[in-house]
Amino acid sequence: MTPAASAAPDVGAARRTAEAVWRIESARLIAGLARVTGDVGLAEDLAQDALVAALEQWPATGVPDSPGAWLTAVARRRYVDGVRRQAVFDRKAEQIGRELAEAEDPMDEIEFDAHVEDDVLRLIFTACHPVLSRDARVALTLKLVAGLSTEQIARAFLVSTPTMAARVTRAKKALGDARVPFEVPVGAELEARLASVLEVVYLIFNEGYAATSGESWTRGDLCEEAMRLGRMLAAFAPDEPEVHGLVALMEIQASRIPARTGQDGAMITLLDQDRSRWDRLLITHGLESLARARSLSGSEVSGPYVLQAALAACHARALIAEDTDWTRIATLYQVLASLSPSPVVELNRAVAVAMADGPAAALPIVDSLADDPALRHYHLLSSVRGDLLARLGRNAEARAEFERAAAMTANAAERAHLLRRAAAC
Amino acid sequence: MRVMVLVKANEDSERGDYSGHAEEFAAMGKYNEELRKAGIMLAGEGLTPSSDGKRVAFGEDGATRVIDGPFAEAKELVGGFWIWQVSSMDEAVEWLKRAPFKGTSVELRRVAEAADFEGQIPQDLIDAEQRLRDQSGQQG
Repeated sequence: MTPAASAAPDVGAARRTAEAVWRIESARLIAGLARVTGDVGLAEDLAQDALVAALEQWPATGVPDSPGAWLTAVARRRYVDGVRRQAVFDRKAEQIGRELAEAEDPMDEIEFDAHVEDDVLRLIFTACHPVLSRDARVALTLKLVAGLSTEQIARAFLVSTPTMAARVTRAKKALGDARVPFEVPVGAELEARLASVLEVVYLIFNEGYAATSGESWTRGDLCEEAMRLGRMLAAFAPDEPEVHGLVALMEIQASRIPARTGQDGAMITLLDQDRSRWDRLLITHGLESLARARSLSGSEVSGPYVLQAALAACHARALIAEDTDWTRIATLYQVLASLSPSPVVELNRAVAVAMADGPAAALPIVDSLADDPALRHYHLLSSVRGDLLARLGRNAEARAEFERAAAMTANAAERAHLLRRAAAC
Repeated sequence: MRVMVLVKANEDSERGDYSGHAEEFAAMGKYNEELRKAGIMLAGEGLTPSSDGKRVAFGEDGATRVIDGPFAEAKELVGGFWIWQVSSMDEAVEWLKRAPFKGTSVELRRVAEAADFEGQIPQDLIDAEQRLRDQSGQQG
């Protein structure tokens, strides 16, 4: 820093520091406030007020030594002030004032100790509550848990900021209206609620991994957010195999991002990717997570995320595409299909069978899916069928399938890829 | 983005003597747990003393010479590292400020991505590599 710049407080630097502190502290701050107020929406408002105060004051006063504690103190003061104002409004000032003076200040409980971590877990479960729509769960999780701004979330999901702000507001109100308790579910409810949390994290990941519309193939920031959320969950709920399975799945899939697009921006399919560009660090981390999931459950068929991670790991372990264990992949898909039957899983099994035993063995599986209503507008069915037909030398039929697939996909890079394949038949 | 955090060695770590550092170890364990719970830690390791290490010196002509550790000047040596996934260098700085270090300086470096090399590596190198890959693909 030049002497001239250091003479005056660096407004930009203080602002960036406030935003960085927010990223680190906001989930714990909001979670702690939500436990005391019992209202996630109010907790978020109070925390946001504290952030606004930091953005106003830190450029002038400098960043405090314990910025997290500073934010907590400001939010707490806002809450107590709010309660007092409400008390006056209710003409019960005297009574409440006495109660406030006598009772322990509830906000004293907000410290960065062990139970604040339980609060963060409560916050995650609340943001992913099934009373909310999927879109609302995703938005609220990114806002409350990941600490993203409404602008960032709006940009990631290609909607306007006011639209996203309204979505967040509606979601917070819906939680209040439904009187959703701020807690981690127990017993039989836990499994279903955990599935909802994992689904939200994986939705965020997939939004980044394979943008289904628009020109850009990946929006990597969302993938990073989802992996971060997954690792948080794994640290908070270390005994759940499916959590580690999801982390493994996301990390192994994300390891391929650097190899998925060519110089011209065109998509490169898994088997044609330059595997030296795969992210070894993510693969290592992902395989470790998968091993943890297995040691917890005693098998790798415990749940859909562990299974999908095991599938992804088959590719990650093959240093060249020719080494891929397709027989094992076909078997894993069969287990997955028995666990959660789906025509998409069956289609993937067909691809594995084609690789293990040849296109002739796989074509009947694909043909059996032709009339499935769920796949009627699914471009990958036509794309896979086109590939099998091309390998069987049935070029005219193959070209027609690739062209059909190209017409159905909304992704420009994928469309170009399919049209190239059609032209090559 | 990723950052690498480079922690320097000190005289005790160079001696492999951690006997007087139980408290620091406990504090560092707690800090590592915080990093894990924030979901940002991708890797983190401590290094053994440089007496276990080697250096390979390359001459101007590319000739190599192996030098055994230990190496002088503990303060110039790396004693450990982390790799973090963060959203900005500012976030990395804020995390590092929370670490329980005393009397040292710790370096933060951004890990390069493909985009950092774009336009700097000659296109014919990239093309040659592509041709090589295409050929090996046909053979396989």
